[in-house]
Amino acid sequence: MFYREAGQYKASYQADQAIFPIAQDRIVVVALLAVAFLVVPFVVSEYTYRAVLIPVVILSLAAIGLNVLMGYCGQVSLGSGAFMAVGAYAAFNLSVRLPFLNPFVCILLGGFVAAGVGIAFGVPSLRIKGFYLACATLAAQFFADWAFLRIKWFTNYTPSGSVNAPPLQAFGYDLSSPTANYLVSLVFAVVLGLAAKNIVRGHVGRQWMAIRDMDIAAEIIGVRPMYAKLTAFAVSSFLIGVAGGLWAFVYLGSWEPAAFSIDRSFQLMFMVIIGGLGSILGSVLGAAFIVLLPIFLNQALPPLGALFGWKISTATVSHFESMIFGALIVFFLIVEPHGLARLWSVAKEKLRLWPFPH
Amino acid sequence: MTRTRSFNEVLLAVENISLSFGGVKALSDISFDIAKGEIRAIIGPNGAGKSSMLNCINGFYHPQQGAITYKGVRRSQMRPHQAAEQGIGRTFQNIALFRGMSTLDNIMTGRNLRMKTGLFWQALRIGPAAREEIEHRKVVEHIIDFLEIQHIRKVPVGQLPYGLQKRVELGRALAAQPELLLLDEPMAGMNIEEKQDMCRFVLDVNDEFGTTICLIEHDMGVVMDISDRVVVLDYGKKIGDGVPDEIKGNQAVIDAYLGVSH
Repeated sequence: MFYREAGQYKASYQADQAIFPIAQDRIVVVALLAVAFLVVPFVVSEYTYRAVLIPVVILSLAAIGLNVLMGYCGQVSLGSGAFMAVGAYAAFNLSVRLPFLNPFVCILLGGFVAAGVGIAFGVPSLRIKGFYLACATLAAQFFADWAFLRIKWFTNYTPSGSVNAPPLQAFGYDLSSPTANYLVSLVFAVVLGLAAKNIVRGHVGRQWMAIRDMDIAAEIIGVRPMYAKLTAFAVSSFLIGVAGGLWAFVYLGSWEPAAFSIDRSFQLMFMVIIGGLGSILGSVLGAAFIVLLPIFLNQALPPLGALFGWKISTATVSHFESMIFGALIVFFLIVEPHGLARLWSVAKEKLRLWPFPH
Repeated sequence: MTRTRSFNEVLLAVENISLSFGGVKALSDISFDIAKGEIRAIIGPNGAGKSSMLNCINGFYHPQQGAITYKGVRRSQMRPHQAAEQGIGRTFQNIALFRGMSTLDNIMTGRNLRMKTGLFWQALRIGPAAREEIEHRKVVEHIIDFLEIQHIRKVPVGQLPYGLQKRVELGRALAAQPELLLLDEPMAGMNIEEKQDMCRFVLDVNDEFGTTICLIEHDMGVVMDISDRVVVLDYGKKIGDGVPDEIKGNQAVIDAYLGVSH
């Protein structure tokens, strides 16, 4: 009932092209950001930071990156774990070899290195599509797994193969507390998420979508497939690489190549598909869903079992978790193949007209 | 009504074009020209090579022999985006819109060749990127007004009825402000009112923007009414070329359409 745009006139194209053209949306988004930045740091426990908030924020950024490539440009990629790894190890190497650099500058530069690697592995997309491209990007994944395990230079010849992030600080402030970790990740995610949104609603984004929807027609109206696809790979890998750097430096602290295995690639792909292909909001929803669901099941199953007088062991919980998780993903794909973002936009559309059906 | 106008300057000339796919000769030794400012129709029975001809003109197919002279430059082949940069726009027989995008975005995509700001400004969307977006939006809104599709501006094109999709596709081609517009069966599958609308748009585009139009169409009433000159293809060969009245009386054309034993 309060979600009405009646009376909100747009007098300029600028107003019409705003990200949130409806005033109520703007209010909600500003309120959410205010809560995330100003309220959460004062009320949340350390467990919630480590288990929920930081993973959701960082993986949202990675999912946005993958969505740029898969959802907007239509190029299937199974190499996102690899690009995260490239971002993380590039940031690590920069911090080791150029110790005067701030760790967060290293993370950003790591993103650019990932973009370069992304472009290199994106070159096959000029000739192959669909499943074949998925296989080609899978090569990126296996190559990264191998390189960071076997080429010792990347891990600075540490005997165990595990590397440590430099201490997190900026301008003399120590940023190693969970609250600081969370806020730093949030700043990265919000700023880069906004940048991604701006790109996808501008002419480069339209070229990506044109390639996705009909590449032949796009070429005929003057879109150069090479430029469009490689920029998509570059932007996508940059975002994923920065997310990888954050994941390593901020969330893990010390890590091995296994942290960015193919499981990570699949996890990101599930996020994007469940959240909604071709939607920035969907990436965030998908990341939240995938991170929160196991935690929720973990917490909810034992009491639920106790209700029926059935004691569920931790091992059983984790089995159930996998089964329910899988079933839910299948359910979602059947009921709403366009993901959570579509569900949300349908709800908004209904809300605008409520209580009338049309 | 047949329009009689005279044109002097040749915009595009195809000379002795031959195109074959393996053993199938799609086009053999076709020559004709398109004058600046005219509406040129290509007609012929199914499989005559009409669409192949358009595909050669805008660089999608590369003919094995012959040359295409466009705006005084003679080429044996062109790349599609080169053709677009040179001012050749086109629509497709089967609608080739970007189905996941809105009408507005589809038509905005038509202007992508003129939008130059780099990724960095795009990401910030301030300064040049924001100005560019508004400037091109104005042009696109003009086209939306012209085609009377204001009400579907924000609707994803996949949800639109066929006739409107055809109109949006015309809009996307117009957005590039082409000098030569290739229309592949713009009125196929339309009812009489939609056809009338589309004819009006084609004529208006030609009159108001001075765009040269080359169209393929099967509705002979439409072809004879709106085109200045007609070229007729059959089995990849040119069997007629001239003003509509000549074509109507051409025995080879009548035979091709009615069918005679060869």
